[in-house]
Amino acid sequence: MSSGNMNLTLKIWRQKNVSTAGKMVSYQVTDISPDMSFLEMLDVLNEQLIQKNEEPIAFDHDCREGICGMCSLYINGRPHGPGSGITTCQLHMRSFKDGDTIIIEPWRAKAFPVIKDLVVDRSAFDRIIAKGGFISVNTGSAQDANNLPIPKHDADEAFNSAACIGCGACVAACVNSSAMLFVSAKVSQLSLLPQGQPERKQRALDMVHQMDVEGFGSCSNTGACEAECPKGISIENIARLNREYLIASLTEKEPKKGSGDN
Amino acid sequence: MSSNKGLFKSSITKKIVMGLTGLFLITFLIVHAGVNALIFLNDGGQAFLKGASFMGTNPLIRIFEIVLVLGLLLHIIDGIIITRHNKMARPIAYYGKGASANSTWYSRSMGILGLLILLFLIIHSAHFWIPNRYAQFTTGHEIDLFGRMKFIFSHAWIVGIYVGACIALSWHLMHGFKSAFQSLGLNHSKYNPIIKTVGFAFSIVCPLVFAMMPISMYFGLIQ
Amino acid sequence: MSKLDSKIPDGALEQKWTSYRSTVPLVNPANKRNLEILVVGSGLAGSSVAATLAEMGYKVKVFCFQDSARRAHSIAAQGGINAAKNYQNDGDSVYRLFYDTIKGGDYRSREANVYRLAEVSGNIIDQCVAQGVPLAREYGGLLSNRSFGGTQVQRTFYAAGQTGQQLLLGAYSALQRQVGLGSIQMYTRHEMLELVTIDGVARGIIARNLITGELEKHFGHAVLLCTGGYGNVFFLSTNAMGSNATAAWKANKKGAFFANPCYTQIHPTCIPVSGDHQSKLTLMSESLRNDGRIWVPKKKEDAEAIRAGKKKARDLAEDDRDYYLERRYPAFGNLVPRDVASRAAKERCDAGFGVNATGQAVFLDFQYNMKEKYGRSEAKKLDIANPTDAQLKELGKNVIKEKYGNLFDMYKQITGVDPYEEPMQIYPAVHYTMGGLWVDYNLMTTVPGLYSLGEANFSDHGANRLGASALMQGLADGYFIIPYTIGAYLNTEVSRMSAEKAKADSIDKLKTQHPAFDEALKNTQAHIDKLLSINGTKSVDHFHKKLGKVMWEKCGMARNANGLKEAIEEIRAIREEFWKDLRVTGTANEYNPELEKAGRVADFLELGELMCMDALQRNESCGGHFREEYQTSEGEAQRDDANYSYVAAWENKGNGQFELHKEILEFKAIKVAQRSYK
Repeated sequence: MSSGNMNLTLKIWRQKNVSTAGKMVSYQVTDISPDMSFLEMLDVLNEQLIQKNEEPIAFDHDCREGICGMCSLYINGRPHGPGSGITTCQLHMRSFKDGDTIIIEPWRAKAFPVIKDLVVDRSAFDRIIAKGGFISVNTGSAQDANNLPIPKHDADEAFNSAACIGCGACVAACVNSSAMLFVSAKVSQLSLLPQGQPERKQRALDMVHQMDVEGFGSCSNTGACEAECPKGISIENIARLNREYLIASLTEKEPKKGSGDN
Repeated sequence: MSSNKGLFKSSITKKIVMGLTGLFLITFLIVHAGVNALIFLNDGGQAFLKGASFMGTNPLIRIFEIVLVLGLLLHIIDGIIITRHNKMARPIAYYGKGASANSTWYSRSMGILGLLILLFLIIHSAHFWIPNRYAQFTTGHEIDLFGRMKFIFSHAWIVGIYVGACIALSWHLMHGFKSAFQSLGLNHSKYNPIIKTVGFAFSIVCPLVFAMMPISMYFGLIQ
Repeated sequence: MSKLDSKIPDGALEQKWTSYRSTVPLVNPANKRNLEILVVGSGLAGSSVAATLAEMGYKVKVFCFQDSARRAHSIAAQGGINAAKNYQNDGDSVYRLFYDTIKGGDYRSREANVYRLAEVSGNIIDQCVAQGVPLAREYGGLLSNRSFGGTQVQRTFYAAGQTGQQLLLGAYSALQRQVGLGSIQMYTRHEMLELVTIDGVARGIIARNLITGELEKHFGHAVLLCTGGYGNVFFLSTNAMGSNATAAWKANKKGAFFANPCYTQIHPTCIPVSGDHQSKLTLMSESLRNDGRIWVPKKKEDAEAIRAGKKKARDLAEDDRDYYLERRYPAFGNLVPRDVASRAAKERCDAGFGVNATGQAVFLDFQYNMKEKYGRSEAKKLDIANPTDAQLKELGKNVIKEKYGNLFDMYKQITGVDPYEEPMQIYPAVHYTMGGLWVDYNLMTTVPGLYSLGEANFSDHGANRLGASALMQGLADGYFIIPYTIGAYLNTEVSRMSAEKAKADSIDKLKTQHPAFDEALKNTQAHIDKLLSINGTKSVDHFHKKLGKVMWEKCGMARNANGLKEAIEEIRAIREEFWKDLRVTGTANEYNPELEKAGRVADFLELGELMCMDALQRNESCGGHFREEYQTSEGEAQRDDANYSYVAAWENKGNGQFELHKEILEFKAIKVAQRSYK
């Protein structure tokens, strides 16, 4: 049952590095099993290419179980391909038919430059988190975990927002390459929890500022991000971020000097 | 720590401005549609002319008219800035097309729809608003708007343009109405269905009312 | 005299950590700013230690091969994290967690380390909650717990089936905070390829920038390896594709002993292999065993019919099912430790009762608990007097969905089968490696200045790790142990630095200009050039799969002396072929994933052999190491405490030669007993 009976044409974006222009190249793969994952199908193609002494296709992947957020293919015009609620590595070939042509591209956004072939640089997300996607609590300074009860509903909602895997499908799906779903998920998680209150306003301001600096587009509420998010993060988060940002920008004062040592 | 200063540059503020001006323009649409719908009384335009005259001469409304124009300009300029910025955010377009699976075409085409509506607005104001204000300035009297409507809407191609614009408006509202609430952060599972339903109804009814004016005049249903 | 000094503090077990922690030398804040620490790996251990050390004032650099620290494979841990909080008032205590962990590890771990782990476990939960980690809660707003294999209390904290993700994102956010403050320099898409030692002391690393291919020299006063386990030796495992042993293996070559390499954990609940194309195995959280009952058909003909697709699980009457875990281990039932559950599944499948097309799977069935446990209690809540079967199922399904929804969805996505209707099919798969770099009580390896944390060390789990203990150990090491214990060493570094201040060619002045760095860089370059110059005909994966097959068959769930001897020969042959016939496309100076894989597999090919050697010398069965020659008449593992109650630490003598050093394990607080879950 290892090999199957599907033959496919793949049109794949090839690009040597960040400074070279890329192009779509066609490949054929044969005997693909419907039980294979999409990435395993690419493994088969790469094995073929290596046998022909050609360079295999570079694509990001790691855990192959839908949680690390590394895999990032734009398949037939959709991030993570057909189906909803899954990452590329969870997409299986049973979603395709024998004879199909499959178009495979990298995430496309100014803020996500292509490193090679289908691999993009998503460090913009890390920089956004570094601006405020945290609660400033040094190790060792925490009180007992049960001292502060949190209503289950709030905890669950925070969890739903925190489920984001940072894959960037929201940016890839968005007609404007907006990162609002990503940013709003983190802002929401922390603003829903009591621990996140002290930095709540500054966090929203700082993270949004960094998001804009990175060159993401702005949200026009098409909902494409929510529809393609492998973790089902809701655009309710975006509304919350809009709210948080508006309130913060209208009320937050510039920090006074001398109020602390930093 | 200086991000507060970027308030008016931030992408979210731009969206909020878009939403606020959008909702403001919606209120204008309601008033405009309401007054003009008086022609459907089919009383030879008497009620309509009274209403139009009130709107055209009441000082408070005239002041508000300036606010309206400013709001419209803000909506347009903000829209252009956002659209340009968003285009820049994706320098290389996708080869594969599959966006219809995750969003509606009209939500992704607000810029184009807006542009169509803008073009129509130029034509539309050249038909009515500009000549009327011009007359007011030069002669102190309004023109016969009802008569002018009848005249303008006797041309099939103009009726075509008006109906087309109403369709564009309908799509624009279909996304814009609920999008404005989302941009303002008004998203709550309890109220979302209401916003959605009202938005949908409004996006159909309001442009329909508008479209019925040229159509019914063209077919001589209104005398 | 053994070269191994575990540096366990004196005193009563309960006092060791407390008193040591209070007496370990401190580093003065002004000096901290001059001390550079390299952290390799950004999982739970790496992120947490990097953030904490940076908070304390050290200069920290963090390296990870992924594109972001948040992608480390800790993210994939599903089930939960243990802590002796006793929030459930079910009699839990530090001692009980300690006891369960030692017992779970089949009495092959170090008492003092495990006790310390249990002691700090509660602090971890406090810290994570303070960071905004949304752990599951009860309606009253307090934290929720569930039970896990090998324990009889509820001490596992969780966040749906994504506990590892949430904990890692907590540590990652603490890390990114320090990056934002400029205290940590982050090197993503960088892979450590060599440890630099000067006079036997760790002084830095050589890392490859995976995007440009450039080799970089990095100096550090201490190097912390938080690089995870080596399960990918088996090719198919639940590890991420990139998980590798290269950093640990290079360290072993530079003098860090590798301890207990044969202790590998085979997780009982993974989705079975579907074909040769398979690139990895997916775990279904152990927490599923709380509500899922494991069974195979009682009659062989039923098993055959199911394999042939003629019968379905539902066609079998209750009496025709063999709930073999409940049958064999009535006290713990489906919640026996992982090694026991895995072997029991293998035993049934080997006996011909396996249920998927390959015969290598057992059922994990939720119907009973869905209807009888949850359906009935929900019905009661809703005052439904005589609920129908369909009602029970519907009500129970909602509860199951709430608890395990994402796991069920994942299962359906991969297999195409709806587990709410049909039972899941599962089979054991390589999941975790208890072995790793040998470390003392301070978590320092046998190379001064080189530390190892989390799964990369051998420290706490003995021969078998209990569920929900990996996250606990990674974070304990990173948040609460190293930040204290590293002071003992760095304090001596401070003295050395001031003593050598006048020296023009002191290490602190030369840093990466020291000839040792150039030497290491040259060797690394030569290794890469060699891999690229073979120009053979077979891809890296070809060799990796071959190695994996040998390891799984001969050094997997069950081992025997003959098989291990064969395996050693076979691995040597594969290694020879690898260096003759490997083909790596592309060049060294570009983003080249094939080259990355080649380097990792080259190391697996050496480590694999050592694993077999270790398994061969350990003439007993314990935890994850099951030697067929050493079992009771009932097929249970048989330890040999008289001869094998030691940690096997392997010194790499070069050229494939290893010397075994033994650290004898002494149990003072605990009575060593035959492990029983009956």
